[in-house]
Amino acid sequence: MPDNLIEIRDLSFAYGDRPVLRGINLTAGRGQVIAIMGNSGCGKTTLLRLIGGALKPTSGSLNIDGIDMGGLDQAGLYALRRRMGMLFQFGALFTDMTVFENVAFPLREHTDLPEVMIRDLVFMKLNAVGLRGAHALMPSELSGGMARRVALARSIALEPSLILYDEPFAGLDPISLGVTGNLIRRLTDTLGVTSVVVTHDVQESLKMVDYVYFVSDGVIVARGTPTEIRASDLPYVHQFVHGEADGPVPFHVPAPVYAEDLGLPA
Amino acid sequence: MTALIEVIRGIGRRVVDGVWRMGVATRFFLLTLLYSGQGFRRFHLIVREIYSSGVLSLIIILVSGLFVGMVLALQGYETLQTYGSEEALGVLVSLSLVRELGPVVAALLFASRAGSAITAEIGLMRATEQIAAMEMMAVNPIARVVAPRFWGAVISMPFLAALFSAMGIFGGYLVGVVLIGVDEGSFWSQMQAAVDFREDILNGVIKSVVFGVAVTAIALFEGYDAPPTAEGVSRATTRTVVTSSLAILGLDFVLTAFMFRGV
Repeated sequence: MPDNLIEIRDLSFAYGDRPVLRGINLTAGRGQVIAIMGNSGCGKTTLLRLIGGALKPTSGSLNIDGIDMGGLDQAGLYALRRRMGMLFQFGALFTDMTVFENVAFPLREHTDLPEVMIRDLVFMKLNAVGLRGAHALMPSELSGGMARRVALARSIALEPSLILYDEPFAGLDPISLGVTGNLIRRLTDTLGVTSVVVTHDVQESLKMVDYVYFVSDGVIVARGTPTEIRASDLPYVHQFVHGEADGPVPFHVPAPVYAEDLGLPA
Repeated sequence: MTALIEVIRGIGRRVVDGVWRMGVATRFFLLTLLYSGQGFRRFHLIVREIYSSGVLSLIIILVSGLFVGMVLALQGYETLQTYGSEEALGVLVSLSLVRELGPVVAALLFASRAGSAITAEIGLMRATEQIAAMEMMAVNPIARVVAPRFWGAVISMPFLAALFSAMGIFGGYLVGVVLIGVDEGSFWSQMQAAVDFREDILNGVIKSVVFGVAVTAIALFEGYDAPPTAEGVSRATTRTVVTSSLAILGLDFVLTAFMFRGV
């Protein structure tokens, strides 16, 4: 069994002829929480979609648990995805099912377990995220943070070895933020899974991750443990960690000379 | 000159886009058929779709059928009376309904009632990443979401058309016999003699099945293909109603030309 669950070597990806990611090297050890950070549009979500197999790399290799994602057909990909959970940005719960049915969904689709056992498993997963009492509610009756936790319960239903999080902290109040951060850490440790978190929430994620990759404009510009990142003097990382408006990522979108746009003589 | 080139380029791009979309739609339809077996294994989902597409469309179908039949009887009586053949009213009403109006109008109503709902639902499932979540859970959305809806709606369509025709005939009876006073015996007996099971009823059923397939396939594809925004879903819903209405009328002409020529 290789030590690293995810191994990415020299990966590049392009939409048509527009390059999105270039020369990415990334590893994630078993039982680790790693974060992929960067500003909006830097390609971090694309990287997550590549790991999830929704996209295929243009070049380079992407191995998960020793399996090369580039060479998988749909059946192979689906087999691998049964060992993966993914938490979408807004939960992506099935709106026509109750909380219970949502968590039971992967169990019903992929196992032949008897109904009593499914019931027990669903209640165990819901208890782990603190929402056993909400099992009969519909997704529309949940708050944003609760929906995210139900989605988390659903993504761990099949006991995956890898969980992917797409912006798990987006749009949460401070309490839900802390709850979600703690949950990600605790589930990773108790279930022995590997977690990959794509986020731009620096403060919350630096508290609980083991390793951070900074992506900017399609390349990894910095990497390190949270302590190293906090101490980093790279301008981009500094701007990001301290939330400065202007810096290597400029406040202004490239534009012609201001006076010209206002019709003034230069 | 450059303006002209731009125009030609624009036309070319539209044609290429249109052909491309047709190809994508065809592939989507074939995939739906391919995964139908898995759809039927989840039979409860088909039953649920029969409820939401079929049963919930009943009110609009039954009421419209009744009124279309009543109007047919009023108008038909006016014309038939001039030739002194009021007794043929039953034949006129039943043949118009069974051959044409039943399948066509029921399908048009079905497109706007059930087709638009299917498009909006699937479009929103896509926009809220429910489809992507299903794929990430290694569940094929075509087998789980699309195929059951397809078959549920296709099964509902002929029943709705039949009920539409039945209600229409009943409406014709109400106006023709009860209200105007056409002889009840000849109303029913002429109808029985003139309506042929294979020629008329079966052909009507075939039409309604074809319309059901067309409407549902269009509605599902538009929903699946909708841009994941509010505007995208609303446009897709409109396109479903417009495209499937045109498809119904076009297909109806073709089918009628094959079924009833020179009979």
